[in-house]
Amino acid sequence: MTDVLGPHAIFIISAYIGVALVTSAIIVAIASDARRQKARLNALETMGIRRRSDANRDKSA
Amino acid sequence: MNVQTAKTMNWFDKLAHPGQFLIWSRYLVLPLAMLTTILFAVGLWYAFFNSPADYQMGDTVRIMYIHVPNAWLSQFVYALMALSAIGTLVWRHPMADVSMKAAAPLGAAFTAMALFTGALWGRPTWGTFWEWDGRMTSTLILLLMYLGLVALWRSFDDQLRAAKLIAVLTLVGAINIPVIKFSVDWWNTLHQPASVLRAGGPSMPAEILTPLLVMTLAFTVLFLTLHTVAMRTEILRRRVRSLERQRAKGA
Repeated sequence: MTDVLGPHAIFIISAYIGVALVTSAIIVAIASDARRQKARLNALETMGIRRRSDANRDKSA
Repeated sequence: MNVQTAKTMNWFDKLAHPGQFLIWSRYLVLPLAMLTTILFAVGLWYAFFNSPADYQMGDTVRIMYIHVPNAWLSQFVYALMALSAIGTLVWRHPMADVSMKAAAPLGAAFTAMALFTGALWGRPTWGTFWEWDGRMTSTLILLLMYLGLVALWRSFDDQLRAAKLIAVLTLVGAINIPVIKFSVDWWNTLHQPASVLRAGGPSMPAEILTPLLVMTLAFTVLFLTLHTVAMRTEILRRRVRSLERQRAKGA
């Protein structure tokens, strides 16, 4: 690697790997949080618990 | 009130109303995610295959392409939080505190990455991973502020009460942003002075400025993507909590 990236290659590679890991971590965290909230909302809807605005929409339909 | 007399929503209402936000923001997520991917691909190609080594610091200049975007974003995200805080306190904008809450963990991540990459760049360039100078100390303080705000959101049951307090604290902490920016001018420092956002324009050659700007755009669009998703999730989370409260009352 040192002939491609110079004598300090280890610093360059560590920096990029660290950033890749943290970036992936926040993407995964945000995506899984989104999925979890949607699942909880769907579960509540299946149980028949709805927001008042959704309930009114059903009534007027 | 019926369909004829109900007020039609203008563009501002569509921005402010959480339910409306959920409807139109849905179409943003995938395009933003795709744009992020493309920008990172182009930026990384530039960073490793289409840019020269620096005449002084050699290939370690390539760390700049991930260090500087994260550093800029750490400040930009805080500025966004400060603006949202004003929206909460002055206009009681319904989406303002959602925006603040969603941005905080992202800002913390960018700040942490800026400090990490900075340390790895500092060791070969200056001979040290860390120095308690103006720039590095104030950026570390920024990280601690972000983490404190994230913790504060979690410590409140009532998120709307939390919003007011956190908005005030966010604005108090905003003084740190100009301190970070001008620290390299005010105090003796190892850190180099501004070379892009300065009077007289960038002092960087185009071959090095281009990958820097592409990577900055990539990280910025990444933030916009994640911020949008996080805001949508926060709205859903609040709905879930109020429904679960409803269920508990009904039981």
